Amino acid sequence: MKPITYSELKGNSKPFYALAAILAVFILIALACAYYMEHSGHHVTGMTNQIVWGMPHVFAIFLIVAASGALNVASISTVFGKPVYKPLGRLSGLLAIALLVGGLIVLVLDLGRPDRLIVAMTSYNFKSIFAWNIFLYVGFMVVVAAYLWVQMERRMNGYTKTAGMLAFIWRLVLTTGTGSIFGFLVAREAYDSAIMAPLFIAMSFSFGLAVYILILLAAYHGSGREIGSVVTRKLGRLLGIFIGTVLFFTAIQHLANLYAAEHGAVERFILLDGGIYTLLFWVGQVVVGGLIPLFLVFRPATKGASRDIILASILVILGGFAQVYVLVIGGQAFPLNLFPGMEVSSSFHDGVVSAYAPSLPEIGLGLGGVALAGLIVLLGIKVLRFLPVSLADADIDPHHQAANSGS
Amino acid sequence: MSSKTKDKKMTGNSGFDPTRRSFLAAMATAAGVTLAPGVVLYGISRSSSANAAVSSEVRWGMLIDLGRCDNGCDDCVSACAKENGLRGFGRPETDAQWIRKVDIKNPETGYSKSLPVMCQHCENPPCVDVCPTGASFKRADGIVLVNKHTCIGCRYCMMACPYKARSFVHETLEDQKPHAPRGKGTVESCTLCVHRIDSDRQPACVEACSDTGGGAMLFGDLNDPESEISKRVANYASQQIRADLGLNPGVRYRNL
Repeated sequence: MKPITYSELKGNSKPFYALAAILAVFILIALACAYYMEHSGHHVTGMTNQIVWGMPHVFAIFLIVAASGALNVASISTVFGKPVYKPLGRLSGLLAIALLVGGLIVLVLDLGRPDRLIVAMTSYNFKSIFAWNIFLYVGFMVVVAAYLWVQMERRMNGYTKTAGMLAFIWRLVLTTGTGSIFGFLVAREAYDSAIMAPLFIAMSFSFGLAVYILILLAAYHGSGREIGSVVTRKLGRLLGIFIGTVLFFTAIQHLANLYAAEHGAVERFILLDGGIYTLLFWVGQVVVGGLIPLFLVFRPATKGASRDIILASILVILGGFAQVYVLVIGGQAFPLNLFPGMEVSSSFHDGVVSAYAPSLPEIGLGLGGVALAGLIVLLGIKVLRFLPVSLADADIDPHHQAANSGS
Repeated sequence: MSSKTKDKKMTGNSGFDPTRRSFLAAMATAAGVTLAPGVVLYGISRSSSANAAVSSEVRWGMLIDLGRCDNGCDDCVSACAKENGLRGFGRPETDAQWIRKVDIKNPETGYSKSLPVMCQHCENPPCVDVCPTGASFKRADGIVLVNKHTCIGCRYCMMACPYKARSFVHETLEDQKPHAPRGKGTVESCTLCVHRIDSDRQPACVEACSDTGGGAMLFGDLNDPESEISKRVANYASQQIRADLGLNPGVRYRNL
């Protein structure tokens, strides 16, 4: 295998600055949305006393889950010893940090009192999985930054394996923590399950890799660098395995619930008569985000053409948003069961499915988090050596070269 | 030390210094004036239970006898709103409710009932467990409260509460009651009228229920075997909402 040469994005191309400007505008819009929501109070959003976590949480959870998954590409090289993935490791770390920052900023700006962030940083209740997550998120950034440093600083290369192992374990714990935010909610029938942790880990593998593939291809096509089919095909097949894993855990999640008569109502709501949530589950999550991309990456006719991989990645992201939406919003829309077996009503929306319509400020804030993640990656690859100069097949896979010359 | 300085020091020590004496007198007076009001106030405060330390020997609770709770009566709800300054903005989905009447009906038998539901002041409150900053807390005497200074408005407690007891303040508030501070962007719920309890009074809902309602609500110390509430729960069957969750709420119901 040839030594890998990394370099910054060179030159002063107009599209680069145009893209940076567009992302910056989205970030400014998000800040304006956050200010509007905090200034007026959350009644201007779609959120209520029934649906207390809305669209910003959907964006934040998607980004945070994808962040830990984006790191997998680096882990596969360092922890599982696959040299073909080595050139992809640096971007993997950068993307992981960027997505996490994007997600966290959305989460923080949606707080009722974002001005009290310092309280969250100084006053802890260690029984709270939320408090643990604050440490896990901050620690993740530190660990991944260190991991990037030992990869990029030649004198420190010897520590790459150690740092990579630490980062891999940390990301597993982090996603376990994110899933457990829901898994530990004993009173909510749609959550309250230990499977939330492994389900979230599977989701992170899939969403994170889909985002990674799109960013990688965009960066290479946008900067005119070469990327061969070996890389995209490998990533595509891996994505297929992850999509299958998400479908597996989703199936187990619902089958286990269906088996218990007490959860029959909530399952019926999500799977059968929940309106938008049922539609998003079957069409969004299962078909668009699961079955179609699975077909695209594995269909023999095209053998993983990059066009198919790109489309599959986009569908996984759309399906992922649908999944998080069904989980977060659908899980809250289904009423709390205070009196099992009884029909319940009150002036406080007891016993009824709660309505939720995301408002523009919530969507604006969420998109701002995506834009921030994008801008961090864009600036990162502009100023530091994250991207290999070439990912052409001959440059990263000696077997490919040998096969070609032998034929 | 030279003999000159030694002499000077000797003179200073043995001689009378009026400036020094008056300085000491002034200091004593100042200290007295400064401390006295504090000492007096401390004495006054100790005589009132409002500032007595909260003790875990007490567990405040409530027993609500649904046999005496009329379906159409919501005196407890309006008393709570008046006492704590809760005003709606005409937006039922975001307006705060600390106590509400819930109508329940058994679809198989047709049995129906209306009952007041508020924060159940659990012994093992999930809202307290999940709160990242510790703003959700349980007082030693069992009252579950929100510290309005450290609540960051993450709303995780609202996700965790099995009783739908908490509200998020969605709007700017005005004309608040000094004894029931509230804040936009924070979470709130029934305080069991902690300000009344600390001055040996009953919660507003209990008082209203006894004055104009059916007298269904009984407030008292569940830890004191001689209290009326303890005697009633000892002698008659009482229920907790979602007792299966093992949270041991301080609010109990009869004839549910």
